[in-house]
Amino acid sequence: MIAAIAFYALAAIAILSAFCVIAARNPVHSVLFLILTFFSAAGLFVLLGAEFLAMLLVVVYVGAVAVLFLFVVMMLDVDFAELKSGFLSYLPLGALVALAMFAELGLVSSAAVQAGQGRAAIPLSDVDPGVTNAEAIGRVLYTDYLVVFQLAGMVLFLAMIGAIVLTLRERPGVRRQDVSAQVGRRRSEGVELKDVKPGQGLGVEG
Amino acid sequence: MPLNLADYLPIVFFLAIAGAMGAGFIIAAWVAAPKAPDKEKLSAYECGFNAFDDARMKFDVRFYLVSILFIIFDLEVAFLFPWALALDDLGPFGFWSMTAFLGVLTVGFIYEWKKGALEWE
Repeated sequence: MIAAIAFYALAAIAILSAFCVIAARNPVHSVLFLILTFFSAAGLFVLLGAEFLAMLLVVVYVGAVAVLFLFVVMMLDVDFAELKSGFLSYLPLGALVALAMFAELGLVSSAAVQAGQGRAAIPLSDVDPGVTNAEAIGRVLYTDYLVVFQLAGMVLFLAMIGAIVLTLRERPGVRRQDVSAQVGRRRSEGVELKDVKPGQGLGVEG
Repeated sequence: MPLNLADYLPIVFFLAIAGAMGAGFIIAAWVAAPKAPDKEKLSAYECGFNAFDDARMKFDVRFYLVSILFIIFDLEVAFLFPWALALDDLGPFGFWSMTAFLGVLTVGFIYEWKKGALEWE
């Protein structure tokens, strides 16, 4: 009962806030609505019993991706209001495209179910009911799905290198602190002794 | 694990208390604080000069770089959670699988450190 109420409330909030993402005039408000959508989706994951996915959605999407979106929205020199003008007038066309895509997805999945291939990769009956789903994922992800896991690592590695290559540029003439150069400095590099004879330099008139 | 919504009751309490406290402070300030607005108090404050320009302006791209690097390490940590929970069942193969994963990302980390992507000068 409570689960049904929670599902309908979360689903309604998710759909409404998703609509507000594209309808809001201020792009910062759009990002905030996007965060609300993420939270509602996380709640739906909890209702499905996928607690680990719900946690990931909050940690990764709300904690990191939304911040990146906020950076882009707040710092890019783009007039989003102008960019988005007429967005809602394209809504019927977009709805048509979404409907076509949805129908195709439905066809594919029903065909797969009919062919008996709609089984989950791991049958739910194999999972010990006393195990949290983060642990259930952990038991297969790092061994049975090793290739996928390592590929994910490679993708992250590539993203890291790519971001640095694309955005980092050397600034010439910037003075930086180089701790090892400071510590490694020898007395001979910094101190010079001059042999001054007594009386030298005195009596110069100027 | 079968879903037991009663397990989430403490989270509901936390959310309710947090919401009540946040709303309480705002309402208390609204009710109790003295209000004497004037034009200067209500104008946008921008550190000593007039707010003469649009808030949207080009910022240094390094802000994005920091953000993207943060997301990558955030995801790396996300992979560690199930691994840490299931480590007892995984055996040495699972351990070295994660070590290889972390090794790849450590290479990337050394690259970004040596490139100076973490420095702000």
